[in-house]
Amino acid sequence: MENKLYDYILSLGDNSLILGHRLSELCGHGPSLETDIALTNISLDLYGQVRNYFQYAAELAGEDASEDSIAFLRTDRQHKNVWLVEQPNEDFGHVICRQFLFDSFHMPLMKQLCESKDERISAIAKKSIKESSYHERFSSEWMKRLGAGTEVSNQKVQAALDHLYPFVNEFFQETPLDKEMKENGIGGDLPAIKEVYFKNVHALLLEAGLTIPEPDWRQTDGKLGYHSEHLGFILAELQYMQRSYPNSDW
Amino acid sequence: MELDINKLENDFQARIDAGENIEPKSWMPEKYRKTHIRQISQHGHSEIVGMLPEGNWITRAPSLRRKVGLLAKVQDEAGHGLYLYSAAETLGISRDELFHQLHTGKAKYSSIFNYPTLSWADIGAIGWLVDGAAIINQVMLTRTSYGPYARAMVRICKEESFHQRQGYEMMLTLCAGTPAQKEMAQDALNRFWWPSIMMFGPRDEESPHTEQAMKWKIKLKTNDELRQQFIDITVPQAEILGLTIPDPDLKWNEETGHYDHGPIDWDEFWQVVKGNGRCNKERLGARVKAWDDGEWVRDAAMAFAEKKEKSKEAKKAS
Amino acid sequence: MSTKKEWPIWEVFIRSKNGLEHRHAGSLHAADAEMAMENARDVYTRRQEGVSLWVVESKHIVASNPEANGEMFAPAEDKVYRHPTFYELPIELKHM
Repeated sequence: MENKLYDYILSLGDNSLILGHRLSELCGHGPSLETDIALTNISLDLYGQVRNYFQYAAELAGEDASEDSIAFLRTDRQHKNVWLVEQPNEDFGHVICRQFLFDSFHMPLMKQLCESKDERISAIAKKSIKESSYHERFSSEWMKRLGAGTEVSNQKVQAALDHLYPFVNEFFQETPLDKEMKENGIGGDLPAIKEVYFKNVHALLLEAGLTIPEPDWRQTDGKLGYHSEHLGFILAELQYMQRSYPNSDW
Repeated sequence: MELDINKLENDFQARIDAGENIEPKSWMPEKYRKTHIRQISQHGHSEIVGMLPEGNWITRAPSLRRKVGLLAKVQDEAGHGLYLYSAAETLGISRDELFHQLHTGKAKYSSIFNYPTLSWADIGAIGWLVDGAAIINQVMLTRTSYGPYARAMVRICKEESFHQRQGYEMMLTLCAGTPAQKEMAQDALNRFWWPSIMMFGPRDEESPHTEQAMKWKIKLKTNDELRQQFIDITVPQAEILGLTIPDPDLKWNEETGHYDHGPIDWDEFWQVVKGNGRCNKERLGARVKAWDDGEWVRDAAMAFAEKKEKSKEAKKAS
Repeated sequence: MSTKKEWPIWEVFIRSKNGLEHRHAGSLHAADAEMAMENARDVYTRRQEGVSLWVVESKHIVASNPEANGEMFAPAEDKVYRHPTFYELPIELKHM
């Protein structure tokens, strides 16, 4: 059971870790100072969540495990994030669209996890939900601005949406672990989130003057450790120091 | 008419001499306005370009604690740039124009940011030395005569106090670590020491603006005075780390109560100022790219706001 | 240089805690009121500086003209009778 809980916590933390990483790449390169600061705030919120999850996981793992050994010393196959969060920044349209598609999932998940029978997960969710709710507001506002702004911005964000939309189904593919965690009251109920998700996302996309892409499916098994090629490069940067100088304090 | 200007200028100087602050709508000599736009924007550009060398290591930070610390620091620099641009804008120049001056090379920024960050220790060295040098300058500027500039400086100094501590803590950890880590720290100090002490600008004899700047209280101390202050503070800090400052002529002078230092390579300084430093092209290139790539985003937001405003008005009318 | 329209400037006011007034914190750029509010939150309250925010587009602020400072503010100078110390009372008198 402890092992499964550990794995489940990583599946929660890894989404924040990899998305936080993608956003951190943007620091200093945003379209305006204000948006640069805002996106960095989101990245910092996500890293805060990562640290909460991984510190808990490290306690469960015992021995020499730490938030850093979990964050920096796993192979790509041991990462459990979804493909969506690995996708490159490309342009501001992709950044906002990826964020919006993630926030729309993350927010209801956090709502459910507030009720988790696992006290630590529930405590983390109660803290994270305030952040996620702001992220969702931020990314939704920007989806509307880009969707209904100019012809150029509409085209750009539509292209981002067309590219990223097929990845969202992965959120709702229940792994055996997801099922078990749902049944024992620790984890979220993904099919229940799915309904809310598409209802909310579709409403906003329409409001933003965007075309909802045809329901498309794409093979993605990030939660099982089968990732896109992007993750390897993310990890190469992320782990560079820890791998080059093992067993050092920083 | 000329008499009037003279009288206005004399009154203006009298107000500054009396320690009064100058506020945006007050009358001010055109040269005071221009000098301030130049200095405040240069300061703002330094914050913004300064994000790049440190931002270079965010994705490679060696621990989660270091990563959030660095990310928050680089983010603060965006904030500080923003505060400074806002102060410059009170003098009647737009942020777009300020960026334009930066992007076309018309405006300068601190040369220190044209040096590359090659190792994690460089991030520590920048926090310790570059922020340390900046703080000396900025604390002085909290008492500068132009109100919006002084207020921006107060806010910046408050926020910045953690930056130097963060950098020094990084250096402490490296110096207490493995031989490879300590070597990394020494190498960073070797590369960043001289550029850091050049940050205070040319020697007083070669600093044409100093006299006027002091009269207007944009500057309260000369470049050389500030540089000496920095060296005196920093040498003992290097000793605590157990690092060697790369200046064989550096020694304590009992008589003056200050450290004497070796000659500074001003040729290098002027080369970097002219744009021939190691990273000038990359730094400016990154800023121009961010600005150009962001244009459609800024336009979209503006267009969206205008549409929303119109539909609000239409609703009111109907 | 882009000749397109720049995001307008907004002034930000922060109430640091309930019971205190809002104070001017600084300015920023934003395309509309929603964005101004979000930007104010992200730029000016990263260190728990506030519990309430006001944003107002700078062009809506009416400022007094410093050249008129004489007529605006000097006349209050000699109205010392508006201050409690103008009135002489015996030292023995308490609570007044």
